Amino acid sequence: MVAQAIAEPIVYPAIGAAIDIEHVSHAFDIGDTELQVLDDVSLKVRPGEFVVLLGPSGCGKSTLLRLIAGLEPPRAGVLRENDIRIKGPHPSRVVVFQDPTLFPWRSVWNNVALGLEAQGILKTQRHRVDAALDLVGLTDFRNAYPHQLSGGMAQRVALARALVNDPKVLVLDEPLGKLDSLTRIAMQAELVALWQRKGVTTLLVTHDVEEALVLANRIIVLSDRPARIMADIAVARPYPRHRGDPYLADLRRQILGLLGLDVTW
Amino acid sequence: MSTYSLSEVAASDEPSRTRVVAEKLRGALPAVAGSLAWAAFGASCLAREDVGDWSRTQEVAIAAFAIAALILVGAAGGEYLGRAGTALRKRAPWLIALGLLLSLWELATAKFAWLPLPFFPPPQAIVEVYTDDLPKLLDSVWASIKLQLGGYVIGATLGFVTGVSIGWSTRIGYWVHPVLRFIGPLPATAWLPFAFFTFPSSWSASTFLIALATGFPVTVLTWSGVASVPSSYYDVARTLGAKPSFLVLKVAIPAALPHVFVGLFMGLGASFAVLVVAEMIGVKAGLGWYLQWAQGWAAYSNMYAALFVMSLLCSGAITLLFRVRDHLLVWQKGVVKW
Repeated sequence: MVAQAIAEPIVYPAIGAAIDIEHVSHAFDIGDTELQVLDDVSLKVRPGEFVVLLGPSGCGKSTLLRLIAGLEPPRAGVLRENDIRIKGPHPSRVVVFQDPTLFPWRSVWNNVALGLEAQGILKTQRHRVDAALDLVGLTDFRNAYPHQLSGGMAQRVALARALVNDPKVLVLDEPLGKLDSLTRIAMQAELVALWQRKGVTTLLVTHDVEEALVLANRIIVLSDRPARIMADIAVARPYPRHRGDPYLADLRRQILGLLGLDVTW
Repeated sequence: MSTYSLSEVAASDEPSRTRVVAEKLRGALPAVAGSLAWAAFGASCLAREDVGDWSRTQEVAIAAFAIAALILVGAAGGEYLGRAGTALRKRAPWLIALGLLLSLWELATAKFAWLPLPFFPPPQAIVEVYTDDLPKLLDSVWASIKLQLGGYVIGATLGFVTGVSIGWSTRIGYWVHPVLRFIGPLPATAWLPFAFFTFPSSWSASTFLIALATGFPVTVLTWSGVASVPSSYYDVARTLGAKPSFLVLKVAIPAALPHVFVGLFMGLGASFAVLVVAEMIGVKAGLGWYLQWAQGWAAYSNMYAALFVMSLLCSGAITLLFRVRDHLLVWQKGVVKW
């Protein structure tokens, strides 16, 4: 375990929900063999926290997010949202995937409206769609179709589509992974601003150490497959963070060490 | 016209005006040639006595001259006619080709009989069919449209519903898939004997056959469309609170629509073939029956006239289908224009 203890509790706006992950293990059947991807993972996420799950690619961190989203049940263990067992997907826990996965046959506005429409409340709540589009700065593109958008714009639409539901937990699966580095830095700042404004519990998966350091209250370092929690690191630094901050540089060295990459430093 | 030296040309604006006029004339040239080609067609009608007895030769000649005059007016007033003018210019090469082809046809049949009669009737004989046998032809057209539309709508609807069902539910797929594999590839016309003694009327039998021919491609392509929807679309919709009905109606079906339209297109082609065969064999109405009847009486001009109408109808149906598709699939980029 790394030296940093869990940071002193910060008071967050009470919109976010708590997530409890208790002794969760999971595996996939590939042909006749069983591939173990999660090995006894336990984690408590406090309401309003920004937790980054960091690990080598293919270690099973995206699988953990799918379990939190309720898209699959775990093979062992229990997941809870505010002490209620997670049994399936629910719009209080919304996922943003690595690919924006916008529906190409819907305009930007209609893509963002998807959640409200699925829940049958769009008719009375149309203003929320407008507000979400405004939040990500894409009001002018409301009638555009997905193929007319750039990668960064498409991912912002995906973000708006998630936020329009006023989720209690935002689950982000490498949402910035496919963006160019400049757009990526800009979007990281936007994510932090959104999270600070909304107070949503946010779980983000990445394999980018830098990104984790800029965004997280807490970094959970996962091992190679099957994923176990190797370290739970608090990042007690105010936002916006400076990328050259020596405190962050020190943390970065520690984390790379945990991932077995300290030689490259 | 007096000659100018080069410096004088550059100085005055008179020559540049003539250049503009020359430019305009050059632009109008193909249309003028088209007009001449149609005038040639008219002249070829009047050039000498017909070798046979056709009553519409003069009218055809007058119509050809009228078209030639219209094209000439269009060519002269090209710029004042707006979109009609530009459309005329774009199609001028086709107008030339058509005019020449008709002239050649006229000479080869009515005037010199280079092609054997009565198998190759002249243009005026076909015009005669349209003017003198119109009611019967229209009745046939109407009968064909009714039969085709009924069968196609039934087949497309059933095919679509079946395709969505087997693409969505593995249990339905378990039962329907083998049946589909066994029966689907059979040409619908192979069912003809069966259909005509099983169904109470030849009309219902033909509707069944057309529906069958339409249904198979629509089913298979709808099914493949639904099956190929990325699972990430469902993941997104489920995390946003979508119920199964929403997943089918608002995710699977719209995502599968491009495939569905390929199926509808293929089904349309297959059903035309069945329609004509069914009308030739069993149904006592429609263009297929008209063709058969014309051939039986050696009324070859009637046959060509019906063929022409039939090609217009089939092409029109496909155009309509593509219009609907373009309207529904505006979100797709780079679709084929029909």
